[in-house]
Amino acid sequence: MSISRAAVLTLPWRLTSVRIEAQALIPIVILTVLMLTAIFADVIAPYNPEIGTLGDRFQPPAWLTGGSTAHLLGTDHLGRDVLSRLIFGARVSMVVGFMAVIFAGVVGTVLGVLSGYLGGWVDQLIMRLTDTWLALPGLTFAIFLAAIVGPSMWNIVIILALVFWTRYARVIRGEVLSLRERDFVRLAIVAGCSKRTIMRRHILPNVLNSAIVIATLMLGIVIVTEASLSFLGVGVPPPKPAWGLMLADGKKGMMAGYWWLTVLPGTCIALLVLSSNLLGDWLRVKLDPQLRQL
Amino acid sequence: MTGGPLLELDGLSTHYVGARGTRITRAVEDVSFTLDAGETLGIVGESGSGKTTLALSILRLLPPGARIVSGALRFEGEDLLAKSPREMQHIRGKRIAMILQDPMASLNPLFTVGDQVAEPIRVHEHASRRSAWAQARNLLGSVHIAAPERRVGEYPHQLSGGMRQRIVGAIAISCEPRLLIADEPTTSLDVTIQAQYLHLLSEIQRERGLALIFITHNLGIVARMCDMVAVMYAGRIVESGPVRRIFDAPAHPYTRALLESIPRFGEADVRLTAIDGQPPDPAALPAGCAFQPRCVKAIDRCRVERPPRFVVGAKHGAACWLCG
Amino acid sequence: MKRFVLKRLGYAVISLFLLSATIFFFVRVTGDPTTLLVEPGASRDDIEALRAQLGLDRSLLIQYVSFLSSAVRGDFGHSFYYRTPVLELYLSRLPNSLFLAVVAMTFSLVIGIPSGILAAVRVNGFWDGAGKMFTLLGLSMPQFWVGLLMILFFSVYLGWLPSSGSGTPWHVLMPAFALGWYFAAAHMRLTRSSMLEVLGSEYVKLARLKGLPEALVIAKHAFKNALIPVLTLAGINLVTMVNVAVVVETVFAWPGVGRLLYEGIAFRDFPIVQANVLLGGTMIVVVSLVVDLLYAVIDPRIRYER
Repeated sequence: MSISRAAVLTLPWRLTSVRIEAQALIPIVILTVLMLTAIFADVIAPYNPEIGTLGDRFQPPAWLTGGSTAHLLGTDHLGRDVLSRLIFGARVSMVVGFMAVIFAGVVGTVLGVLSGYLGGWVDQLIMRLTDTWLALPGLTFAIFLAAIVGPSMWNIVIILALVFWTRYARVIRGEVLSLRERDFVRLAIVAGCSKRTIMRRHILPNVLNSAIVIATLMLGIVIVTEASLSFLGVGVPPPKPAWGLMLADGKKGMMAGYWWLTVLPGTCIALLVLSSNLLGDWLRVKLDPQLRQL
Repeated sequence: MTGGPLLELDGLSTHYVGARGTRITRAVEDVSFTLDAGETLGIVGESGSGKTTLALSILRLLPPGARIVSGALRFEGEDLLAKSPREMQHIRGKRIAMILQDPMASLNPLFTVGDQVAEPIRVHEHASRRSAWAQARNLLGSVHIAAPERRVGEYPHQLSGGMRQRIVGAIAISCEPRLLIADEPTTSLDVTIQAQYLHLLSEIQRERGLALIFITHNLGIVARMCDMVAVMYAGRIVESGPVRRIFDAPAHPYTRALLESIPRFGEADVRLTAIDGQPPDPAALPAGCAFQPRCVKAIDRCRVERPPRFVVGAKHGAACWLCG
Repeated sequence: MKRFVLKRLGYAVISLFLLSATIFFFVRVTGDPTTLLVEPGASRDDIEALRAQLGLDRSLLIQYVSFLSSAVRGDFGHSFYYRTPVLELYLSRLPNSLFLAVVAMTFSLVIGIPSGILAAVRVNGFWDGAGKMFTLLGLSMPQFWVGLLMILFFSVYLGWLPSSGSGTPWHVLMPAFALGWYFAAAHMRLTRSSMLEVLGSEYVKLARLKGLPEALVIAKHAFKNALIPVLTLAGINLVTMVNVAVVVETVFAWPGVGRLLYEGIAFRDFPIVQANVLLGGTMIVVVSLVVDLLYAVIDPRIRYER
């Protein structure tokens, strides 16, 4: 990918193999920074993200007139420090994102393996369900579910997992179908291994590659969905700082020109999604070029 | 016909240059031969010997990254290397045509057979749609496709493999080219159909006075179809000459080994001799003669110096120190 | 061909069944659907009446059947807030969403397809690099954020465009752009890879060998073949657009079904939410069916499928 040329790295030509990795380096760095921010939020953030002083509301970032270094990135409509909210928001996004992607991955992969390997009515049922589920637009379905169970962080994780497991199942099933015909599986069958053993020891490890690639690509979509849910008010509930919520709050100040409340949280979301997309693309090429059609 | 050969190659070399200019693959190196009108030349070699790249070089339709780096290429006296892309486009299909290996892949699945046969006629001869389609119907007839009026309206996937390859043949001869290059045209066909197709090619050639370059790895086909043969190895021609001569008295050890590895009918108990080793990586050729690592007759000089072409008989030459 | 049509229709029907069953299941799974299906502030009598009406004491299967039969008859319940049948509400808003989606789709195809083709034909060149940037940005920036940014820039800062509502062509520009931006990137990427694949195919090689001018090769042989997957995706995306437009419609206060859904959650008007999911899913199933059938018209290989 020519993105490696766009990366501002001037490595000597003999490190050609490292140059190719530039495409993965940037997202990995960004993701690591975000993860560390999320883990050490309590230590890094200068203020409590949930409490603010009304007297300090709508302060602009430090480099504009009216701003001060007390609040590097300004404050929101309740006087809360934007930087701290962004930092803790990273935690929310990472936790929700990773958890949802992992849960969806586990369910999707297991069902994909079962469906692909066992075939028959199990396959038909799971596939029909997957197709139907896939037909439901993720966001609408998530909103529907959120309306039923009510917003809370864990509810959101479960909802997102429920909505997105189907993306795994389809692809994994395809992989399993071709794996099934491979010799080492046939040998295991001939040797008398039970179906469960074969699935566990032979099929599953081999689909993990694809599952990981899908997971990385899914992270972006999940984050955007979570942000959308929060923006609409059915995601992570206030006063917890979620970037989507910050965007919703930011809208209130937009018409008056308080642009930083919109631009900053959105940039964070975009960065996270961008990194996961870049990393996912790179992984896909590295681990399994068969997944081109994803 | 004006005097002089139809096609002349003189020291033609085509290289692939890797992404950062570091890796050079010498796909075709220093290839020279001449072809007269109506003659059939067979180009024989294993996969990777450069046969297809050679064919594409003649038509100057190389993939990105490949370039003709040296040599001369003349067709009917004209220098093809000096032609502009536009001029080459007029030559392709009209004066030099090519048949590819896989007929299913060669035909566009979304257009009818008639459309695809009429297309070059419309482009090169500026024929009207009606006239081109009429010619297309006739062409289908001349490649022995039954009920051509019906077939013109059909799509490639509705036809059998043999029929598809005939269509590809019809496309090739549609504008009356002087030279036809066939790149392994029978390799994808059923064995039973292969003979029929070869027969068709011979017939077409005779009727229209075409010169034919037949690229194959199958020496049996060469024996049957060709007047002259050139044996390629690692991008170079190692032996070339009249078919009869080369089959009776091969001069180059590689040619000899190829001939010996063909199972002969009637010799049931004789072991098949395969050639030890693998063809070299064209990006990393050994010094000296490229065949030397696998050659049973190699002498010291072979490891160090590359042999030039030595004349062994009338129009017959081989690049081997043992012939010098 | 008939077999093909019947098979696809069969799948569509099964999908619809499963769709309604899924929705039904999730509503019932919380235990007491009356909390959702009844107005906030309803009296005990109302709740009891609803309970009887829904037949909650009957078996789940019978409930599902009655749910399904009402749906088929067009009865999706009544909105608490608007006090009209939800189906009416939905259908009255749908044209607005469709209009927005069509504009956004046009925009995404007009930008996506030509740039994808350009990127493929001039692969690894400047346009390809620029295209890759665009793809990355387009796929990474959440649509509603793009919308918000546009409002910031064009409404607040420049004052050129109206920030909400509908009515004049000016009103549709920003929401359509925000909605279509992501899809433009997606379509560009697919067009590019599809085109690259086609350009490397044997039949394109043969077309060149036939001596056809490059413009004809690309316009006739490559274009049609490359476009098939893109148009398939675009067809489905049109409906997807209607459904994911929730946030964009909310940001711009565009009176479509997405905004209706938002009102449903904002006012705790559950019948709206439920109907939105059901109808949205149904639309996707129907459109997929139509696209599949259209596919058969374009691609002769499918027409003659055993």
